[in-house]
Amino acid sequence: MQDKYNNKTKFKPILPSHSEWPIVKLSKNMQTFIEKVSKDSYHKIKNIKKGDQKLIEELERTRYREKLRVQKMPWSVDPDDDYEFWKNVKKQLVGSTENSSESSENSNRILKSITERYANEIASVFKPSSHKFARRVTNFGFARLLNAAHSGRFSGLFRARHTLRDKIRIRGSIDHIRELSKKGTLIMVPTHFSNLDSMLIGWVIQALGLPPFIYGAGLNLFNIKLFAYFMNSLGAYKVDRRKKNLIYLETLKSYSDLAIQDGCHSLFFPGGTRSRSGAIETELKRGLLSTAIQAQLANFKNDKDQKIFIVPVVFNYNFVLEAPSLIDHFLKQKGQERYYTENDEYSTSYKISKFLFKFFTKQSDISVSIGKPMDLFGNYVDQEGHSIGQNGRYIATKDYFLKDGKFVDDDQRDDEYTRTLSKRIVEEFHINNEVLPSHLIAYVGFKLLRKKFPDLDLFNFLRLPEDELLLDYGEFSIEIEKYKKVIFQFEKEGKILTSPGLAKSTNELIEQGLSNLGIFHTNLPLVRNEQGDIETESLSLLYFYHNRLRGYNFEEYVS
Amino acid sequence: MSAKYVGVIGAGSFGSVVANLLAVNSKVKLYTRNADKLKDINTNRTNLGYKLHDNIEACNSLEEITGECETLFPIIPSSGFRKMMKEFSPHLHPYHTMIHGTKGLDVTLPEGMTIDNNNVEFNRDNVKTMSEVIRDESVVVRIGCLAGPNLAKEIYNKQPAATVVASSFDSVIKEGQRLLRSDLFQVYGNKDLIGIELTGVLKNIIALASGALNGLGYGENARAMLISRGLVEMIYLGKELGGNLQAFIGLAGVGDLVATSSSTFSRNFTVGNRLAKGENISEIIQSMNEVAEGVNTVKIVKKFAEHYGFRAPITETLFKILNGSKSVEDGLTYLMKLPLNVDIDFM
Repeated sequence: MQDKYNNKTKFKPILPSHSEWPIVKLSKNMQTFIEKVSKDSYHKIKNIKKGDQKLIEELERTRYREKLRVQKMPWSVDPDDDYEFWKNVKKQLVGSTENSSESSENSNRILKSITERYANEIASVFKPSSHKFARRVTNFGFARLLNAAHSGRFSGLFRARHTLRDKIRIRGSIDHIRELSKKGTLIMVPTHFSNLDSMLIGWVIQALGLPPFIYGAGLNLFNIKLFAYFMNSLGAYKVDRRKKNLIYLETLKSYSDLAIQDGCHSLFFPGGTRSRSGAIETELKRGLLSTAIQAQLANFKNDKDQKIFIVPVVFNYNFVLEAPSLIDHFLKQKGQERYYTENDEYSTSYKISKFLFKFFTKQSDISVSIGKPMDLFGNYVDQEGHSIGQNGRYIATKDYFLKDGKFVDDDQRDDEYTRTLSKRIVEEFHINNEVLPSHLIAYVGFKLLRKKFPDLDLFNFLRLPEDELLLDYGEFSIEIEKYKKVIFQFEKEGKILTSPGLAKSTNELIEQGLSNLGIFHTNLPLVRNEQGDIETESLSLLYFYHNRLRGYNFEEYVS
Repeated sequence: MSAKYVGVIGAGSFGSVVANLLAVNSKVKLYTRNADKLKDINTNRTNLGYKLHDNIEACNSLEEITGECETLFPIIPSSGFRKMMKEFSPHLHPYHTMIHGTKGLDVTLPEGMTIDNNNVEFNRDNVKTMSEVIRDESVVVRIGCLAGPNLAKEIYNKQPAATVVASSFDSVIKEGQRLLRSDLFQVYGNKDLIGIELTGVLKNIIALASGALNGLGYGENARAMLISRGLVEMIYLGKELGGNLQAFIGLAGVGDLVATSSSTFSRNFTVGNRLAKGENISEIIQSMNEVAEGVNTVKIVKKFAEHYGFRAPITETLFKILNGSKSVEDGLTYLMKLPLNVDIDFM
């Protein structure tokens, strides 16, 4: 078998000269770009809210919500004049009731000022110099930490034997996406389990020699100075999840749409936020995904053949730092997305540094699976970027937008395409999910415990005192053996991936799993007690890690 | 009238009638693989006793029909649907629209097995609706279906009627309405493609049973009982297969159910009727020149229900009648004794 992981190859940068990066070109003309975004969203909103009355209502609604946000949820990154600005909007709105042509002009002016403001907020300025610096820091800093960790001594900081590439395994369609990055625009869509993902994916993009990507990062992350520094320099634009008003969302979409049209490779976390339950996303947010489809249509209409490719990426961790608060949140809210609480594990730069050290000292390997690239309609593409349909035939993606030989604008059609695409991405997430020993033991451990209390519903079950829950090691290992077989069969059928650890003997697998699963939570999801049996110190954490392998229905195949 | 052609795949009786409906508004290509039939249609202008509209041209070239028509109406029996799609697939593109009118299910089985094999298990992985077959086999995404009380003979005789075009794409629904609508033919839209497909499929089971009741000489009380209990069973099965309740209480659900459960023009009704009069199933099938989808649907749905562990008493009883292990009379007695006494428990 070929080496699944590309640990050793050093990938040359694809576009070595900064000035050729689309993102640099974009940044150089940022002011013009922002104006374009603001104009584009202005027209879209005028189109959605036809008629003065509707527009005024929308402006009124937006102002009201923004007032509430400013009062109830101020963040340190917010501009100083936030309060003033919205107060002013109110004043202007009061004046726009009577005379119709004047009032119409007035509300247009207000809309324009809001889209301009939002476009400026969202924008980021990419600086090649600080990008280079940030890259060096990541590489150098992480690598040093790693060496210290490996040797277990502080003096290890000065050795350079281990690199990040040893710690983070990248597998999958690496050469393929490098090739495609020269031929078209890539949209990377990773799973999202941890705040670490943003940094990790930045590193992955860099390690593969790809030019930098732009990506929408939660504005809350910019509250933290360390993150803010990295994100600004890595081409992040800001997504403020507190603002759910139409004008903001349209401006955001315009930003993404136009940047993709300009050929900027982009990154979205299509799940929207980190997975609260620990499961791989099954429902995606379609807002940003739809901008890729819009951009593709615009490219075709403008006679640009620049094709857009979707690259699903799955992060495989043994351990998610923020698991306790995520699962808590999940269980309390079950499904309802709420605003971020500010005091989670990533609230200060100090905590992050501490985490990173722990991460490199304790975390065993992380793997990143790069899925097969697809077009926007869920068809795989070949090395040249041609879409391949059933029977191996090429598909002209233009055809998806044509009717009687002409390009047709049809939002409902494009919504359907976005829905299909998001379903395909979810499928690819599951296919590219790499089962680590820790995932398997969490899954089986939870299932076995759950089986003992069939009459309790999930919530009552999770409330059971942990000390009553015990698994006989023999029983546990027999079950692991069974699931292992099923998972290998799934892998053969191309439905999932496995890590090297899974091929070990069952005892070794369990041991490796136990020494990695959620290792530095205060209460461990699974431990082996003195009698050699399996216990849990936190049932809800065990549930969280178990969720990672949900949705495959292994049970149906376990005999 | 638009210069472009609209295509109909399959020159059976329903296919011919749909071609006639389309021909009111457009030029139509009617695809048939049978060379004799082609010649016959183009010279005599009739097919299976139906006179064809002047705007209809028969053809048997895949390149021609897919090249000339962006919108195609496949109307062929479910048993041949996948094979047809495989043949058409190389000629189809994402700009094509396919609105099918086939009211059956597709089953993919391991080599050498038939649906009569006892070891065969049916689940949602190997039982597919026609829209799913189109997706499986081609790059076509603009997919819709046609369903409703559309007895071919009545439409042919220019009696007023209505149908449902279902698709997740608004543009497909609009296209279907634009092409089919005429003074005597009303076209409704529905976004629940799978649900509407399933209504058309499942109602055939009840039509079979209704034919059997009729064959035993029973009247309207018995039929009404069957239709309403049958609808409940359809809804349960439909939900299990992925449709929504709403589809079943509309024109394509209740509407089609009432029409096919009462009409001797319905093939499935006829099969049930003749079964009750003592003929056996293989004789009946051989003597009919067109497929009654209900026979296979009963077999598939019965095993499907078994796999997922839920009860479908009417379907199960028909299954036994079809395989000869129960007489029509015994089947009826059994159903009458069922201790189910809640009228509606799904809303």
